[in-house]
Amino acid sequence: MAEKKACSLPGDQASSNESRRDFLKQSSLLTAFAITPGVVVKAAESKWDEGIAASLEKMPLKLEINGVKQSLQVEPRVTLLDLLREQLALTGTKKGCDYGQCGACTVHVDGQRVLSCLTLAVMAEGKKVTTIEGLATGEQLHPMQAAFIKHDGFQCGYCTPGQIMSAVACIKEGHANSEAEIREFMSGNICRCGAYPNIVDAIMEVKQGGQQI
Amino acid sequence: MIQFQYIRASTQKTAIETTAKDATAMFIAGGTNLVDLMKRGITTPQKLVDINNLPLKNIDASTGRIRIGALALNSAVAENKLVLDRQPLLAQALNAGASAQLRNMATVGGNMMQRTRCPYFYDTAMPCNKREPGSGCGALEGFNRMHAIFGFSDKCIAVNPSDMNVALVALDATVHIAGPKGNRTVPFINFHRLPGDLPQKDNNLEKGELITAVEIADNPFNKHVHYLKIRDRASYAFALVSVAAALHLDGNTIKGVRLAMGGVAHKPWRLTEAEKALVGKTVSEGTFRQAAEIAMQGAKGFKYNSFKLKMGPNAIVEALKTAAGIV
Repeated sequence: MAEKKACSLPGDQASSNESRRDFLKQSSLLTAFAITPGVVVKAAESKWDEGIAASLEKMPLKLEINGVKQSLQVEPRVTLLDLLREQLALTGTKKGCDYGQCGACTVHVDGQRVLSCLTLAVMAEGKKVTTIEGLATGEQLHPMQAAFIKHDGFQCGYCTPGQIMSAVACIKEGHANSEAEIREFMSGNICRCGAYPNIVDAIMEVKQGGQQI
Repeated sequence: MIQFQYIRASTQKTAIETTAKDATAMFIAGGTNLVDLMKRGITTPQKLVDINNLPLKNIDASTGRIRIGALALNSAVAENKLVLDRQPLLAQALNAGASAQLRNMATVGGNMMQRTRCPYFYDTAMPCNKREPGSGCGALEGFNRMHAIFGFSDKCIAVNPSDMNVALVALDATVHIAGPKGNRTVPFINFHRLPGDLPQKDNNLEKGELITAVEIADNPFNKHVHYLKIRDRASYAFALVSVAAALHLDGNTIKGVRLAMGGVAHKPWRLTEAEKALVGKTVSEGTFRQAAEIAMQGAKGFKYNSFKLKMGPNAIVEALKTAAGIV
């Protein structure tokens, strides 16, 4: 066990309020400096004001999400997934692995299915994003949502929003012409409950139904 | 994730200048590998230069060649009619890689730039000369089932995970590069490196240099081709072993052949000696088996990946048989 020592303050004036205030000021400043990322320190050292601004300040971001134009401020390191869930409360898009391995975070950007966990939000500037919340029309479920319910295409449901977004894109891309092709082109969406046969059935039905999706 | 500065480049010149002069700056295109590595604290750029607005997405063909812009998406290339007609091997390899979502994000240049890597590179609690030069190689005496059997060093035994690269090295592609000192081209086979004593360097790109395009000269390999990928699950997994095979046949006679392997080395692995052994021969399983034996000369397994010494030649034979249509 380390010996417990009373916290000693610098100088003989340690007990005076004046000194204590100075010490606290100084130490909190040092703490702030210590937790400041290298990029800012570097920018500060080279008196690089715009560097500080660009790394610390949020950046303006304009994009359209589920048909609604959004004008936001985000840090460059925020992923599209975190923007949706944390800033816009669109929690239908799920965070599974957060490393691009499971597909739970699949959304459409300009009509293409992508992984929102590996997309920096600032890189979606000017784009149209569709999430699971944007599929239904009012109370009318999207045909793929209805087919997943009909075919029991899920158990725990956590991967389901990603599965459905991927499934809609799979048909739109023209990659749902056989069970084998669906399985291949849906392989980026992992289902730990193993609902794959039912997911394939749901996609086959929507594809064969020829509905507008 | 660490904080970083984000810059959207509007011209190639500013993108290159910005990245060349700052040791901590990196380009970002699709981000499918880079953002992953940044989240894990393995790659820590302090400045990201987004190149997605640069006009490098086109796929076009003129007399004698097909040119693919570095920012063309993997999915767009795999479905492009010019590519499907002239270089179907490339389309097959692209579709064997990653998932539909990742192929919609990943670019051709980015696919080339994805790190040659292994689980020890990702595990920051373990030594890795590629992540932290001089710290040692966790895989040498570790769980090295996914690792190299060709061209490794005692510093690194990781493999390049790209499928696209295997097809491009087989097809004798050329890499077009723009940099602070001007433009240059590099044969694809010389783009990636073997680990040697510098496993932290995956390729021969210099600081600030940007891949602008990949070109493939027209060739007679548009009919008898096959990309075979063997992996732990049916789809969406890295190759244990993969083979890109392309044959130019005159009846049953092999007039030309291109062969390369993935999942076996730090770079896409061209099988030049096996190709030489096949030219002029008649298509048969026996011929393919002989070439496969030649291809495997010099291969060496580690504790957990010696199965690749058998899987490799078998995969070469199967890929060639499928390409030749004698399954």
